[in-house]
Amino acid sequence: MYRYDEYDQRLVDERVAQFRDQTERHLAGKLSVDEFRPLRLRNGLYIQRFAPMLRISVPYGLLNSKQLRKHAHIARTYDKGYLHFTTRQNIQYNWPKLEQVPDILAELATVQMHAIQTSGNCIRNITTDHLAGVAKDELVDPRPYCEITRQWASFHPEFSWLPRKFKFAFSASLKDRAATAVHDIGVHIVRNDQGELGYTFFTGGGLGRTPILGYKIREFVPESDLLSYSEAILRVYNRLGRRDNIHKARIKILVKEVGQPKFTEMVEAEYAQIKGTDYLTLKPEDIERVRAHFTPHPYEASAAGDTTFADALKNDSAFASFVKRNVKDHRANGYKIVWISLKARDVAPGDITAEQLDAVADLADRYSFGEVRSTHDQNLVLAEVKQADVYAVWKRLRELGLATPNIGLLTDLICCPGLDFCSLANAGSIGVADEIFQRFEDLDYQYDIGEIKIKMSGCMNGCGHHSVGHIGILGVDKKGEEWYQITLGGSAENDATLGDRTGPSVDRANIAGAIEKIIDVYLEQRASEDEAFLHTYRRVGMAPFKARIYAEAVTA
Amino acid sequence: MSKIIRHQRIVDDDWIAIADDAEIPTSGRAIFSWKRWQEVRDALKTGDVVAGVRIPNTLDLATAWDQLKDRPLIAIEFPAFGDGRAFSQARLLRERYGFKGEIRAVGDVVRDQIFFMHRTGIDTMVPRADQDLAVCLTAFRDFTVPYQGSADQPISVFQRRRV
Repeated sequence: MYRYDEYDQRLVDERVAQFRDQTERHLAGKLSVDEFRPLRLRNGLYIQRFAPMLRISVPYGLLNSKQLRKHAHIARTYDKGYLHFTTRQNIQYNWPKLEQVPDILAELATVQMHAIQTSGNCIRNITTDHLAGVAKDELVDPRPYCEITRQWASFHPEFSWLPRKFKFAFSASLKDRAATAVHDIGVHIVRNDQGELGYTFFTGGGLGRTPILGYKIREFVPESDLLSYSEAILRVYNRLGRRDNIHKARIKILVKEVGQPKFTEMVEAEYAQIKGTDYLTLKPEDIERVRAHFTPHPYEASAAGDTTFADALKNDSAFASFVKRNVKDHRANGYKIVWISLKARDVAPGDITAEQLDAVADLADRYSFGEVRSTHDQNLVLAEVKQADVYAVWKRLRELGLATPNIGLLTDLICCPGLDFCSLANAGSIGVADEIFQRFEDLDYQYDIGEIKIKMSGCMNGCGHHSVGHIGILGVDKKGEEWYQITLGGSAENDATLGDRTGPSVDRANIAGAIEKIIDVYLEQRASEDEAFLHTYRRVGMAPFKARIYAEAVTA
Repeated sequence: MSKIIRHQRIVDDDWIAIADDAEIPTSGRAIFSWKRWQEVRDALKTGDVVAGVRIPNTLDLATAWDQLKDRPLIAIEFPAFGDGRAFSQARLLRERYGFKGEIRAVGDVVRDQIFFMHRTGIDTMVPRADQDLAVCLTAFRDFTVPYQGSADQPISVFQRRRV
């Protein structure tokens, strides 16, 4: 994984000093609440319902064991012994003390981590495929390009005070696992007809109040011009994006208002001006230098000769059901990708304790080259486990309560912290998630239902990506009561689609029941057991679902 | 004379801002709004007034540059903390149009944006009245080796790493 050099380390250390100074000036009354706000936000620090919430950047979702142990330490020392993984592959603490945040950042700097630009109206954490570097359908490893973009975006002189937040996602595989269509900029790394590497750029996508899918702004940008093309888009947005209304400030609204052809024309004109600028142009050696941090691990050729994995599958049905859902093939023969489920009953989706983190760090060291990935659906992945070791990994994960065999199934749902923690939220989400978990806990039932993505947000900011859930749930406030809007048919993958609203929102007492009714209709309507929920919905449409949901439910 | 920051030092401001309804001075260094400047520029051609222009942060330099290129000073506006449009104007003035005169930041100019102002080619800051100028000066040292090339120094970290 990427290791800081002296430049990276110095920047992060200087950031700690800068934020310590800002915090001290604020606590001394020299920096007003209003002015400290955007400064702390761009350092991931929210003042929340009960305490500050601190969001730590996990660039493209990659963590090493040393970093995990540091987080276990921080969770124990500065928080309540646990932390939360977000839908941007980041880490959140829910109970730090404001005056201790600079100390937390100083601790993180010792393991090459930071909270830079994890919130605020600036370029946020760069995300990508959680299977980068191990997926079979990958053209090249996208992480070097993410890292280059991360560096360019950090404290960018011109683009640190944008109209609104700005999110990049990269994909370099046939299957888009990074939800690039719902990002301000989505970059697909591709080869053109001449065999040259480059990028297809998408822009204007985003979730939130007005979810919009991005459009293809340029079919092919040469590999050297990643930063100049990005800079061209950002410059047009920084100059022309709306600043009069926070709900109309994302780039998606600018694109919508001026129209895609005009927006493309402006970006292309800007690109023509800055193309070739020395400091924006990547030379092959620049990319190579970063790529060298991501070379494939030394896989053992003998790993494929193992027979114990097949034996364990035969002899242990619990292990077999874990493998069925939580294990996939690595591209190296004899290696497997193992999902650690952070979706267990009675645990908020994405939460993990300090003890579990330490144990996962040990597993990573022993079995997966010391690395762990976080996924945008709030699980962890040990991406490079020898198949002979999977059984031992599973046994340990099971002891830790991290082996729920539900990856991709109904209870593997995405969920924001909601009203329990977040000051933006209109409604609770963790409680609803738990109730859904209870109703569908029976695994045979879940297997029968098959692959389905439920995504839930406690407000229309959409941190839970509800708009692109096969089933989306959005918490809304109605006269102080929690209600929930349901959408069906969304997708964040190659067939990216925004879900359709079923109709009026459903109250708290009936939301889990409504989900159950939707599933009942699906099971009745599906053409065969192989027809996934999304396909059935696309085939039969909204009517049967709508009829069932609103047959008896209390709605408003 | 009020104090401002120019070239990372605290100095007396040797320019005066002329309100749109104020009379045109007969001499001295005066900053006019973009709107006023268009009304008075011909009249000023003959007098002893040295005129700078304060432009709105929505102004498109591609169309306005011809009317600005011979000015010794362009003031750019930061109407609110967090409104970063003028950062693009500053970089464009320096890097695209090669403007060599003074670029001064006016408006809601606070300590915690001075580093970005410096990096985008703004050489003069007129901090908001409540700002401690000595504290503002520390902002230039917030970061010592930036990742990006920009108007202050055109070397990116990727270039630095080339041996």
